[in-house]
Amino acid sequence: MNGVPLSWYLILSAILFALGAAGFMIRKNMITVFMCIELMLNAVNLSFVAFSRHFKTIDGQIFTFFVMVVAAAEAAVGLAIILTVFRNRSTLQVDDIDSLRL
Amino acid sequence: MNFFLLSLIKVGLVAAVLMTTLAYLQWVERKVIAHIQLRVGPSRVGPHGLLQPLADVIKLITKEDLIPAHVNKFFYLMAPILAVALALTSISVIPFGPQINVFGVETYMQLTDLNIGVLVLLAISGLSVYGIALAGWASNNKYALLGGLRASAQMISYELPLALAIASPLLLHNSLSLREIVNAQDGYYFGFLARWAIFQMPMPQIFAFILFMIGAFAETNRIPFDLPEAENELVAGFHTEYSSMKFAAFFMAEYANMITICALATILFLGGWHPPFPVELGSGYVPSAIFGMAAAIALFHGLNPARPKDRFTLPVFAIAFFGLAIAFAIPVLNSILLPLFWFASKTGFLLFLFIWVRGTLPRFRYDQLMRFAWAWLFPVSVVHLFATGLLVALYSN
Amino acid sequence: MDPILFFIFAAVAVICAISLIVQKHPIKSALSLIGVMGSLAILYLLLGAEFIAAAQLIVYAGAIMVLFVFVIMLLNAGEEKSPARPSWFAKLLGIPLMIALLGILSYVIQRAAPEGSLAFGEYTGGAREVGRALFTTYLLPFEITSVLILIAILGAVVLAKKEL
Repeated sequence: MNGVPLSWYLILSAILFALGAAGFMIRKNMITVFMCIELMLNAVNLSFVAFSRHFKTIDGQIFTFFVMVVAAAEAAVGLAIILTVFRNRSTLQVDDIDSLRL
Repeated sequence: MNFFLLSLIKVGLVAAVLMTTLAYLQWVERKVIAHIQLRVGPSRVGPHGLLQPLADVIKLITKEDLIPAHVNKFFYLMAPILAVALALTSISVIPFGPQINVFGVETYMQLTDLNIGVLVLLAISGLSVYGIALAGWASNNKYALLGGLRASAQMISYELPLALAIASPLLLHNSLSLREIVNAQDGYYFGFLARWAIFQMPMPQIFAFILFMIGAFAETNRIPFDLPEAENELVAGFHTEYSSMKFAAFFMAEYANMITICALATILFLGGWHPPFPVELGSGYVPSAIFGMAAAIALFHGLNPARPKDRFTLPVFAIAFFGLAIAFAIPVLNSILLPLFWFASKTGFLLFLFIWVRGTLPRFRYDQLMRFAWAWLFPVSVVHLFATGLLVALYSN
Repeated sequence: MDPILFFIFAAVAVICAISLIVQKHPIKSALSLIGVMGSLAILYLLLGAEFIAAAQLIVYAGAIMVLFVFVIMLLNAGEEKSPARPSWFAKLLGIPLMIALLGILSYVIQRAAPEGSLAFGEYTGGAREVGRALFTTYLLPFEITSVLILIAILGAVVLAKKEL
């Protein structure tokens, strides 16, 4: 056997996405929750690239590129929000941040 | 010839040369700094302190390997390994010379040629932050943590202008493969001016070169940007808690990064292994002339010794230099040695520049460092990239 | 050769992802995520996407994750407190249900995915192809993303400022 079937990549992508989603729900630390979102984005990127390879077009890679750019923007804003929240409430636990006012 | 055997031989050669260079760069730095400050520098171990690196290695290996009780052991041990492994990996994509023919075997003077060599170097330099940041965090020491924080902020900030400065010569060379980049700088204007990127039409990249070198100083944490290890504020910064071989690993990583970034500057801006003026004007005789002159000077001083022991050491150097001069004059070896000579001399000059700056400039203050990166260096490199793109587009039509 | 490499790096990715969600300390989670990203970059290389692999390392591992590590170190975030009353129901059924879901998912993907395997080197999309597509077919999205990034920079600066 010489190649890897497309479905293997898709299954790996599904596993990573599921792990990311699970982490998003069970973790309490805001930064870790944010990292789980990044993991889900990465899982989706993998299936984009695998499809791009399978259909021999470049479009999937372009989408991956856009996802990366958006993830970078998201990380910058998200981490700035986390910094602000931490400055105001001195906690990173998502359960403790449950009221709209200070 | 077997591909794996050939690769193994090349890896062995490059590793041996790189390790020796790393050890002796330290000696060169101490000597040059000493002479800048009107001192002698290392002079006890061997003639002119030439065996000092060996002594340092023995000292560092035999020192007691301390692991402080309060550190996070796994990351504390991982950080130096990560730092040195990443720093040494990047040398594998650097081309040292053109295709050569040794005993009938055609090969490139390069470990691997990648289509995306420049991007790989950028990726590795981006990852090398982790070695320092983790060392700072795992040491569980406030000075180390501050050093690690400073390093990660500084290296992200200076990576932007560095990447933008790399991008503008790439517009001229039209490739991401380091070997093709060097090949694109072959040839001469008017028969004497080299087509290196810093002279190349339509947009000479001299400003990109300056921007790149400034970014390179910051990326390698050298003075004037050595805030992560500023000793009068942070004891020793991120490696405060490290001793013996683990400390040596950080040291090696710093020097290996310096060598890689100087080699990259040589490839991108200074034409790699191409001589500064054509062979017709006699660039092939330059190394022989230089080494012959060095041999003559050493012989002269050996015959009129300032110190008694110079009577023995300097003639030995003279013979060595004379041998090199003869080696460069042999036509068979020329095709291998000449490109190596030009590549090594350009890289060596840039390394000397690093040491020279260390002996000359004071350290920046932290807020000045950040302001300099974001308010000055970044806009200038964006404008420069824009101007280069515009000129290249107009020129190609 | 391909399947071996795939399995090695897929295993590394999955182990790192599990480590990401079970580690208590955020910096360990961050390093696990870097492990996932590194092995994904190698899988991208295996899929012939050189430029995306390099971009993955430069943008994700080299910039975004450094930012995460920086913030974790800056806030000196410690170990996470475990939830007060873990539900026995979730403990008992969580993992079997997850495995069942993954099994069903893999079965469906196996059935629905197009046939044919992908060998290394049959198709490569390098930097040149990506660049050409980016500046012709996808020019408008590209320009819009640049505006998005500008907004993100402004937003981050405004948010992180001490006082407005």
